[in-house]
Amino acid sequence: MSEQIVTGAPQGTPESGVAPEVAALLAHADDNMVLAQRLGEWISNAPELELDIALGNIALDHLGVARALYTLAGEIEGEGRDEDDLAMGRTERQFANLLLVEQPNGDFGHTIVRQLLFDVYQRLLWDGLAASPQRSLAGIAERARKEAEYHFRFSSGWLVRLGDGTEEAHGRAQDAIDSLWRFTAELFEGPEPVDRREWERTVFAVFDEAGVSAPEDPYQRTGGRRGFHTEHLGYLLAEMQWMQRAYPGMEW
Amino acid sequence: MSVATDVRGLVASVVDPEIPVLTIADLGILRSVELDDDRVTVTITPTYSGCPAMRQIEDDVAAALRRAGIDEFEVRVSHHPAWTTDWITEEGIRKLAEFGIAPPSRIDEVVCPRCASDRPRLVSAFGSTACKALMVCSRCGEPFDHFKRF
Repeated sequence: MSEQIVTGAPQGTPESGVAPEVAALLAHADDNMVLAQRLGEWISNAPELELDIALGNIALDHLGVARALYTLAGEIEGEGRDEDDLAMGRTERQFANLLLVEQPNGDFGHTIVRQLLFDVYQRLLWDGLAASPQRSLAGIAERARKEAEYHFRFSSGWLVRLGDGTEEAHGRAQDAIDSLWRFTAELFEGPEPVDRREWERTVFAVFDEAGVSAPEDPYQRTGGRRGFHTEHLGYLLAEMQWMQRAYPGMEW
Repeated sequence: MSVATDVRGLVASVVDPEIPVLTIADLGILRSVELDDDRVTVTITPTYSGCPAMRQIEDDVAAALRRAGIDEFEVRVSHHPAWTTDWITEEGIRKLAEFGIAPPSRIDEVVCPRCASDRPRLVSAFGSTACKALMVCSRCGEPFDHFKRF
């Protein structure tokens, strides 16, 4: 029994049975889908109305990117799976998103740090994919790159305000960095190469301005790209998918 | 006037559900309308990833064609090349300003659509829709939307 759990990847997990090109699209789609769902949890709960709207808008951008990538992945795969099948019909072990994006929102500072680390990653990712020979992917990336710039302005601006703000705000921002930093090594595990030094240069420049710093602790946790997630993803998917699970194919 | 021109005009006049003064042709998202053996293929390009109006626009195009008695059609979404605000027509820019939305420009070049002051202040880069930022005029004090350059 236990041997099967350890070695036997269930059918259709990120490692098995899906063409690499499709799996890569799904990984990026999953990043955006899961983060959209997380950010959506802020609706009606953000510190101010403008922040509520901003977080909702950023969530919509990520959702739109996820939809386009799922649709494209389904078309390339050619087995008739559409965006809804891919977002609502895959299990936790089949999701290949980064561990970073599935982490709970925490306080506003926590959400901002998670967003910043991911925005800087996505700016570099989309820069690369905008030159993809896959024209639809290149188009999606070109558009998403501009959106990531807006997201980055928001997350970096707020981290500076928090880090350089009151003792309370500074402390919370630093706590968030200390807690989320262990999920950053995974950003550079693929499926596409993202320049780590370039990423660090931008992130550290914002940290410097905000008066916060990365922890010295080298411990890093990875596995999301291979479908090994933290305990948080299962709950998120349960909430996101329950209606399609209970009433498959339902629409309103 | 040919049938093709009629069909194109019909599709081009579908309006954006969130900014109803603009047609999809004004916005520059209508890429092509092709007629082939009485079958119509409409190709549109999405604006912002987060624009929830895209699905509505697809439905509205379909409804407009059906109202004209056309049942053989397909609405395609093309992601390449990516849409930019440069594709908004001059007519579209004019309509936006008339409607009270500052047209796309660099953020430091935005002019208040009500009193033409050139010193508005950015309140939030994320406004009432994915495409708009919320600004407030420092002269007349009115808040207004700015269509983000993209």
